[in-house]
Amino acid sequence: MANTSRRYAENAGSALAVLMSKRSTLSVIALVLVLVAVFWMRPNIARYNGVRLLLNLSPVLIFTALAQMFIMTASDIDLSIGSFVALVNVIVAGIASPGLAAAALLACVAGYGLMGALIHWLRLPSIVVTLGASFVWLGLGLMVLPLPGGDVPLWLSDAMRLRPPWVPAPVLVALVAMLLGHLILYQTSFGVILRGVGSSPAALERAGRSTLRARMSLYALAGICGVIAGVFLAGITTTGDANVGRGLTLLSVGAVIIGGGEFVGGIVSPVGTVMGALVMQLSGSLLSFASVAPAWQYSVQGGILVCILGLRAISWRRVVT
Amino acid sequence: MPLAIRRLVAQPSFYATAGAVLVWLVIVAHSHGVGGGAVISGALNYSVFFALVGVGQMLVMASGAGNIDLSIPANITLAAYLSSGQMQGANAGMAAGFAIGLLSGVIIGLANALLILALRIPPMVATLASGLVIESFCFAYSRVSVAKPAPLLVSFTTQRLAGIPLVVIAAIVASAAVIAVLKRSLFGRHIFACGQNMTAAWLAGVNVRRTRVFAYVACSTFAALAGILFAGFTGGPSLNMGSEFLLSSIAVVVIGGTNVAGGQASVVGTWSASIFLFLLLTMLNVFQVDPGLKNVITGALIIAVLALGKANRPQAQ
Repeated sequence: MANTSRRYAENAGSALAVLMSKRSTLSVIALVLVLVAVFWMRPNIARYNGVRLLLNLSPVLIFTALAQMFIMTASDIDLSIGSFVALVNVIVAGIASPGLAAAALLACVAGYGLMGALIHWLRLPSIVVTLGASFVWLGLGLMVLPLPGGDVPLWLSDAMRLRPPWVPAPVLVALVAMLLGHLILYQTSFGVILRGVGSSPAALERAGRSTLRARMSLYALAGICGVIAGVFLAGITTTGDANVGRGLTLLSVGAVIIGGGEFVGGIVSPVGTVMGALVMQLSGSLLSFASVAPAWQYSVQGGILVCILGLRAISWRRVVT
Repeated sequence: MPLAIRRLVAQPSFYATAGAVLVWLVIVAHSHGVGGGAVISGALNYSVFFALVGVGQMLVMASGAGNIDLSIPANITLAAYLSSGQMQGANAGMAAGFAIGLLSGVIIGLANALLILALRIPPMVATLASGLVIESFCFAYSRVSVAKPAPLLVSFTTQRLAGIPLVVIAAIVASAAVIAVLKRSLFGRHIFACGQNMTAAWLAGVNVRRTRVFAYVACSTFAALAGILFAGFTGGPSLNMGSEFLLSSIAVVVIGGTNVAGGQASVVGTWSASIFLFLLLTMLNVFQVDPGLKNVITGALIIAVLALGKANRPQAQ
């Protein structure tokens, strides 16, 4: 990546060009634009409490997107993450005993790791295995809590109302998520191995590393992120619903891609992914502030997605040629 | 194993078909041999829509790794609304209704192809975005119009000829045409060539772009057709009528033995898988399995069928 940046900079000879060739740049620009638009339309929101309420639900999508990102690091795709997050939500809300709930959540993460192992051993396409798994998670969720409801532990819903000084909690969560994701994938040798699964599994094997173990680690990391997302969801909504995850899966894919991720090659950006998740989350609020009729909100959301990716395709084409 | 059996098992569609037969036998055994024909007839009448959508999705998936159409649910709903809105519950508007529904399918296919080929957006995200846009149109349209399918269409989707629903016969003819195109025509060979290796296909002189555009247009046209017919079958369109087709359109294609990496497809398998999934749900309903467990079993079976098929089909890498 550094190479492409440099080459591009030589070609165009400007700092802007270097910036444009960074993978997460477009998501930063998009996020700034969306934020400026929101603050311009509703100046009252540009305060501690306004931001807190505006981004109230964002940790759910942020961690769901990070989970999707870890799977996409292995050049795989996860169609089950939405119903997995819903399952976690239901476990937190539906299983009263803390010990049992914790054990169930651990089992969930282990289940994710096993899913990775299954995909690896049998060389199955991840898209279908996770498709099947999405039914399994949904079914398990319905078995725990057949109807929406349940009770969330008090300490959890209280934790969601925490007001750290200066920086609103959701912003803090986003920053921590970015940092952790970046540290894991880009600042450790473990991260190099993880990215190797997607970019060059053969090289990884030749270097004496186990692709199986690396892929399982990626899936387990995704499972952990999914659990965090589900716990946030339970804490924020203080209820459980096994069907709540439907839209989440596709939004998470959108967030990773907006953030500069690719479907193949182990190319992802944790920082960009979190930004992408925020863009997806905020574009909904933006549209209701702009009093776009509910029917057309989907359209504008789709349009934003196309614009961002179209722009990226155009700027990247210039890099290649 | 004798060669004949080994050949049979090596067929891409073997596991889906075997699964469907097995589940049917269980259902018939449970009812002590009564109503086996009715079960098949009912299953056909419902799974035909999934098969039609699946055949379209199959063409897209066979045209190369990463190719997929997620706009199908919205596409189905829009075609259903547009056609039924044109028909207004009268037979006179039927031809126009079909035309307008299919036209919307073709336009959606072209738009998808434009996003994917001209803007180079990955198919998964491009069709996700176009699906969102189409969904808006569905919402907007459903507010301003009365959509009611023509009585003739309703009876066409439910009438039977010698126990076989008419719509199934029509869909079988359409599927046979797809098989013929895939096996015998240049376009069919081009799809597989693109699916196996796009660069090699391009070097060999295949017009890769045109082939992929065709695949996406064919897919969305099939989805639109299924939408028009499904509106007749259910007595009228509804906003969430397409949602169950999102995952099942992918499931039937893959369980049916089509390679997700592209380059190979099975129309028969897609049909078998549609019937298999429907019979499976019927069976679980007959045994009164609770909804949660039903989903778990469905999911586990999707993975199991896939794993079995893969283990016994070493050539499909």
